[in-house]
Amino acid sequence: MAETDKPLIRIEGIKKSFPSPEGGEPLGVFEDIWANVMPGDFVCLIGHSGCGKTTLLNILAGLDKPTAGNIIVGGEEIVGPSVDRAVVFQGHALMPWMSAIDNICFAVRSKWPDWSSAKIREHAQKYIDLVRLSGSENRKPAQLSGGMKQRVGIARAMSIEPKTMLLDEPFSALDALTRGSLQDELLQICTATTQTVFMITHDIDEAILLADRIILMTNGPHAHICEIVENSLPRDRTRHNMHHHENYYPLRNHLIEFLVNRSAQFEAELAAETYDPRNPPMVRPTAENSDEGAPRAALAQ
Amino acid sequence: MQQSLRVRALVLSVVLFVVFAGAWHFAVQTGGASDAGIDPEYAKLIGATAKGGSAMPGPLEVGAELWKHVTDPFYDKGPNDKGVGIQLGYSIMRVGLGFLMACVIAIPLGFLIGMSELFYKAFDPFIQIMKPVSPLAWMPLALYTLKDSNVSSVFVIFICSIWPMLINTAFGVAGVRRDWINVAKTLEVGRMRMAFAVILPAAAPTIMTGMRISMGIAWLVIVAAEMLVGGTGIGYFVWNEWNNLSITNVIAAIFFIGLIGMVLDQILAQLTRLVTYAE
Repeated sequence: MAETDKPLIRIEGIKKSFPSPEGGEPLGVFEDIWANVMPGDFVCLIGHSGCGKTTLLNILAGLDKPTAGNIIVGGEEIVGPSVDRAVVFQGHALMPWMSAIDNICFAVRSKWPDWSSAKIREHAQKYIDLVRLSGSENRKPAQLSGGMKQRVGIARAMSIEPKTMLLDEPFSALDALTRGSLQDELLQICTATTQTVFMITHDIDEAILLADRIILMTNGPHAHICEIVENSLPRDRTRHNMHHHENYYPLRNHLIEFLVNRSAQFEAELAAETYDPRNPPMVRPTAENSDEGAPRAALAQ
Repeated sequence: MQQSLRVRALVLSVVLFVVFAGAWHFAVQTGGASDAGIDPEYAKLIGATAKGGSAMPGPLEVGAELWKHVTDPFYDKGPNDKGVGIQLGYSIMRVGLGFLMACVIAIPLGFLIGMSELFYKAFDPFIQIMKPVSPLAWMPLALYTLKDSNVSSVFVIFICSIWPMLINTAFGVAGVRRDWINVAKTLEVGRMRMAFAVILPAAAPTIMTGMRISMGIAWLVIVAAEMLVGGTGIGYFVWNEWNNLSITNVIAAIFFIGLIGMVLDQILAQLTRLVTYAE
């Protein structure tokens, strides 16, 4: 078995429940979550609010602990946060008293404490340039627009050259235009660096554009992985051409169908079918196997 | 527009001052009535009141007195007659000493309380009981244990400065945005670096606000403390001039107390501005 065939992250049967405020039954957020992330994979997690997406990401980051089960990264169980897994937070989480570049330098210094200040700054500048913020590096976060702030957040995460990047709805607070251009940039950077990414989103088009595989999570409480959808569009897709591909609407409709109907009806599916949480069904919606067919695709257009 | 607003405010300030000084001047003016019928010796003793006027000095007298103090603030003619500059110097020194000691204790302790829920809960009852106690209530205890009036007034300043700083530091530290701490955690930042590079700058504006409140209270308390222990200081000066029945000097001292209080507050306001960040 080649090195790249081994999953970088193995999520093994994790469960999270919070103690109920009245001291009764603990409130189960999700349970029996099994999934793998391969090196170089771009995985998106889609689900409604309250299914524990952010909790799952925090557990992956090491900021939270699962109630049961564990996560193996590179052969070792997660015991806490690690510089190998960088996080891009939903609300950018830049430190407002530091300039953009100092925020990145802070991260770089954490990863390589022995580096000289000049080397740290040079390294940080490289990532400022990568996210096209050259010239604005000395501004404070308050003097940057929302999109620029999130760019700094992404640059900070990438600057420590992590094995995995974890993104928690990084673009949800941005306007559609900014979101689009940042998605393009992220796709470009990740393709160029073969970065392994695990990203949470509730934007279907974002998932189709960025992800190799899309994990569908059912509604909470007691959320499960419903299935794992493989992206049936070619990897060189862009925001401008992907909707012309014949597989685009079957894929999109499949995801919408999930979010609108199936995510809430999963209990019935679980009882009816031979559902194995360790091997959630893998699907690859294409124009040929689509059960929705062309008329609906045309309607959506 | 901004410029004209400032000019208009300045003009209004001057008008207010002139109206106030004018009203004051006419209110205390000697009636001009003769002191006929009063025993001349008694009239001399009770001064202007004998002429139907007031013992209150007018604005001109106070102004003249102020000018005397400003031109010669540092004379020393024995224990009961020192220049106002020297007296203010004593008070500032006591406030500074007590305030610094309070900083040294309150900021690290506030950090501890803010970082740990256990410490927060354990310290809370003591803080809640100690905070409302008038600092002057500590004075007898301080005099008894420290056996020195000068050190005791420094202690009283220390004890009154400590609470706002302690509470604000704990509040600021406990309220540091979860996100910033999580960022540092995912970068595996060590404890000391977390405290000094993340929590301290994040909480600095709140801590500085606590220090500013403390300084304000300390300057209020020093006057009363010095009235109580006597010897030196602007508080003692006020009480001494009251004993001398020199209302002119009492009013002059009020002006100086206000002036120094404003300067101290402005210094801390400037320092707060240095550490404040826009989110």
